[in-house]
Amino acid sequence: MLPFLEGMFGNPSSYHYLGRQVRSALQVARRAMADIFGCGPAEVVFTSGGTEANNLALRGAAGALKDTGLHIITTAVEHHSVLKTAEVLGLEGFEVTVLSVDAQGVVDAQAVIDAIRPDTILVSVMLANNETGALQPVEEIGRAARQRGVLFHTDAVQGFGKVCLNAVFEYADMVTLAAHKVYGPRGAGALLVRKGTQLVPVMTGGHHEQGLRPGTENMAAIAGFAAAAQQAQATLSSEAKRIAGLRDRFEKKLLKTIPSVSINSRGAERVPNTSSICFSGIESESVLLHLDLLGICASAGSACTTGASEPSHVLRAMGLSNLQAQSALRFSLGRSTTAGQVDMVSETLVGIIKKLRQMSSL
Amino acid sequence: MKSEKFDDDSSQEPAIQRPEGDEESQAEPVIFYNETVIDHFTNPRNVGEIDNADGFALIGDPACGDQMKLWIKVAAGYIVDVKFKSFGCPGAIATSSMATTLVMGVYLDDAKQLTDDDVVQALGGIPSNKKHCSLMGVAALKAAISDYEQRSEQQS
Repeated sequence: MLPFLEGMFGNPSSYHYLGRQVRSALQVARRAMADIFGCGPAEVVFTSGGTEANNLALRGAAGALKDTGLHIITTAVEHHSVLKTAEVLGLEGFEVTVLSVDAQGVVDAQAVIDAIRPDTILVSVMLANNETGALQPVEEIGRAARQRGVLFHTDAVQGFGKVCLNAVFEYADMVTLAAHKVYGPRGAGALLVRKGTQLVPVMTGGHHEQGLRPGTENMAAIAGFAAAAQQAQATLSSEAKRIAGLRDRFEKKLLKTIPSVSINSRGAERVPNTSSICFSGIESESVLLHLDLLGICASAGSACTTGASEPSHVLRAMGLSNLQAQSALRFSLGRSTTAGQVDMVSETLVGIIKKLRQMSSL
Repeated sequence: MKSEKFDDDSSQEPAIQRPEGDEESQAEPVIFYNETVIDHFTNPRNVGEIDNADGFALIGDPACGDQMKLWIKVAAGYIVDVKFKSFGCPGAIATSSMATTLVMGVYLDDAKQLTDDDVVQALGGIPSNKKHCSLMGVAALKAAISDYEQRSEQQS
């Protein structure tokens, strides 16, 4: 990343050698991304992150196909960048079917397939949920959608780096990625767009990114993204196994040492790094602050809704009550997480939960 | 052919407008709890229940994220003891804790004058998105006082 912040300030669209220098670096990054996903470089559209990529997928497909049909299918547990975009498209004249999930947070593939109609233009289902880690049956849905000539988009932000995606275009037409989920910089992402997918840009401007995303490329962030993605891909299987082991150790300890604890989506296939846990009878932010004061970082619901007092839409869709959803914390494990840290956090939680339950008015 | 729906401007969302008199635009918003708030959160004062309390209140809705119970003991027109229990966020716990310290040993009529602002000021401010929590302690206190007054009326 540093060369592009320190000296190589050329615009990759420029004619001169400074521009060419950066243009060639951009090609290298695009090729590296393409190799990971087994696609062509022209199928990689760099964006400012997952939110922009999701907006491009939904609004871009809707705009390109509005004369073919107006029906879009998605699920109730998508990230807000999909759900709210779908909601706005609904106001703009599209008809959006939002399918619910079972108690494990998984959408029924058959229900999605059954919802496809002759006027359906797009199906969007996330690969892995960002709050519970639950994996969705995207392959089955994607293949069925393709058979019916319907575009399939998957928001793979949370699954990227944990699930192998080297043949993702076999079932998906568009795939959303974000750099910061694989230790890349914040502010970079991509939408993989399978060749032949009908899509229009959502911003107007230059011809950058195959005409789908105008604006001078953020070269430093893109270089960091590509390098991080390559590293994540190289260590994917060994890391997934190690982290899943730590996650299971953490959950088992909590279930054993704290009464009235439940693990969300425990019965579903999950990405290995996410653990969503309800500590009944307490309010999650109070646990978060106690943890934070000890230097332990966790989340309540999804980070995007912090500050809003609405309980997680994901947990509510799974059938949890408001009260249960308020008591949920999300722990994320990663590259630097050790067994010692996992044990320390679970032991710390015992005291915090006990203290808060003692003073609870419930 | 374009669908008519797409040409109809009335389906467009209205532009987002900043609310007038938006307090946050006046001053730098407090984004995190200060030391006093954290102290009242980690070591909340007057937590517990009072047996044979003279006034009691249960307010809030746990489904909305906050609920609290508050008990008062009254003697000769003074609050001689006050205790609370809370299911709530750090803001709710800290403001409730501070509210109890502000009325402990205070004459009832004075305690009734306590406002949310008094509690927030005593804490040195709380994040703006947590202002609603400050309502909890004061509201519970007032409800407990009116419970006490109703009980007194019934006895007399």
